[in-house]
Amino acid sequence: MAVQDYIRKRFFPHLWCQGCGHGIVLNSLIRAIEELGIRKNDLVMVSGIGCSSRITGYVDVHTLHTLHGRALAFATGVKMSRPELRVIVPMGDGDALAIGGNHFIHSARRNIDMTALVMNNQIYGMTGGQFSPLSGPGVKATTAPFGNIDHGFDVVKLATAAGASFVARTTTYHVHQMISILKEAISHKGFSVVEIMSQCPTYFGRKNKLGGAVDMLDYFKSHTTAKGSDAHKKDPLMIERGIFVKEDRPEYCSDYDMLVKELQLKGDA
Amino acid sequence: MDDNVRFLQGNDVCVQAALYAGLEFFAGYPITPSTEIAENLAYHLPRQGGKFIQMEDEIASMCAIIGASLTGRKVMTATSGPGFSLMQESLGFAIMAEIPCVIVNVQRGGPSTGLPTGPSQGDVLQARWGTHGDHAIIVLTASNHQDVFRMTVDAFNLAETYRTPVILLLDEVIGHMREKVILPEKGAIPVVDRLRTSVKAGIDYHPYLPREDGRLPMSDFGGEHRYHVTGLFHDMWGFPTTNPKIVHGLLRHLNDKIKNNISDINRMKEYFIDDARTILISYGSSARSALHVVHNRRARGERIGLLELQTLWPFPYTQVAEKCEKARQIVVVEMNMGQVLLQVKRAVSRPERVMLANRIDGVFITPTDIRNILRLIHGKGV
Ligand code: SF4
Repeated sequence: MAVQDYIRKRFFPHLWCQGCGHGIVLNSLIRAIEELGIRKNDLVMVSGIGCSSRITGYVDVHTLHTLHGRALAFATGVKMSRPELRVIVPMGDGDALAIGGNHFIHSARRNIDMTALVMNNQIYGMTGGQFSPLSGPGVKATTAPFGNIDHGFDVVKLATAAGASFVARTTTYHVHQMISILKEAISHKGFSVVEIMSQCPTYFGRKNKLGGAVDMLDYFKSHTTAKGSDAHKKDPLMIERGIFVKEDRPEYCSDYDMLVKELQLKGDA
Repeated sequence: MDDNVRFLQGNDVCVQAALYAGLEFFAGYPITPSTEIAENLAYHLPRQGGKFIQMEDEIASMCAIIGASLTGRKVMTATSGPGFSLMQESLGFAIMAEIPCVIVNVQRGGPSTGLPTGPSQGDVLQARWGTHGDHAIIVLTASNHQDVFRMTVDAFNLAETYRTPVILLLDEVIGHMREKVILPEKGAIPVVDRLRTSVKAGIDYHPYLPREDGRLPMSDFGGEHRYHVTGLFHDMWGFPTTNPKIVHGLLRHLNDKIKNNISDINRMKEYFIDDARTILISYGSSARSALHVVHNRRARGERIGLLELQTLWPFPYTQVAEKCEKARQIVVVEMNMGQVLLQVKRAVSRPERVMLANRIDGVFITPTDIRNILRLIHGKGV
């Protein structure tokens, strides 16, 4: 199937600003799905609220655009009800980890088979540029006009500690890596988390004087490095990209099915 | 037949009825006094191949049942005051996206953590208006276990018929009290299944284009039709829009589909209404005490009757007005500060005839409480 066949052309043009990283994520995500050969009818995408969450409207699969922060909880209902469906949950940083933080850690703890994308642009775009739990200290935002004093999460560490069985990080500059990581994450059985550093030139870029979209992509290129690379050893401030966790662990829906089968074998049903 | 006679808690009856109605998916979070519903379903659902999941909070529980409903399951959650408050946002989503689901609220004393084990009927208006924005909602209640069974099945039937959340508003007394119940044979109570689209694969399916009768046939997530579901105002494709005409039309549709069907949705029981000079209006566990008073006083020749409401929302204003037309006094019996009283006053032609017999101290309202208030109303002192 061609990449265009995964798109709902009827709803274009999309609402993202010029240069926004979310379009790159949409493109890479569709390429990953297409390369994996997943049938459109077998795929459900569930999102919350924010610029990033509008991604579901443009993809021709079963799509559910929910409430701010709650995408993973809705997705859990979908997956638990129909484990044979693949579930992908694209979220923004505020969506996934501020208002949705509780659902994030509990989904990871259950190791329920779905793929959570954290499209991390370190800002609330849709509401006009407030700091998020991934902004970190020093960042300027409309709600941090004198510089942010709020510390940020490390998505990779948080997801790992909460029990996600696949954890990775990439950026919108590293499109090929993004596609290959997304393919692995979607194929992984269990809760997979992919942090995608993405640019919001309109608010994060402008507020923090980072230039336009191209400058921000350049920043991802020069300030990140492959996991475990020499560059990181030399400069620990370089952000690592790659797959950090990939483990086979009992998955929630499979365990539930096993429980049902055991009960039926016992003739207890 | 004898096999079907049980001695159960109201919460257990609700579980039996939900399974009878075809419940396949439950998500919930422990909270007194509704917890037995989750506990019972954790036992029964996996044994029948159904799904039970304990979520991280009530917000997630409500979200999970909406997700599961979209895949074609009959779904339910159960909670009480604080949890019900947490569910309000996603309740609004289910209203907006027209997702069938049943929410049981076994009421306890509020506000806040209030009285976890004390009876109250303080959530009547919250059930109506708890979530933001103009909307309609169906709320059912019951005063005895036979009716809990029936109303639970009806809650599922109405949810599927009108593509809407239905709230089953029980209270602590009904939830925890044990009494006899006869579990109906299969087929004795009609069970409504979801209306699914007949549009074939490959042909455009419009998830939000109502048929002439206002109904919207559904298509299961995972099925042949792929479409978008959102809590934003949306067009017939389910895609977000701010087009004023479409916004207006959708808001009207969401309200009219309930409002225009009150006669189908309304359920009430009446006892000795025809010649009654005094009419008690009550619902839920309070109606038990009210009925006791009516029986006692009728035995002494007093012209008193009871109108028991089982559909609280949409409120049956016209029906209540008709029944109360000839009454000299109308006394609303409830365990709150007059939430149904307000509606009855709005319904009847002479609101000054409507009075309140209530209790708000976390103690069940007894026949003696009602009798004392009736004596005061009649100028006889306590
Ligand atoms: S505001 Fe920022 S995140 Fe939102 S669409 Fe524009 S660039 Fe993208």
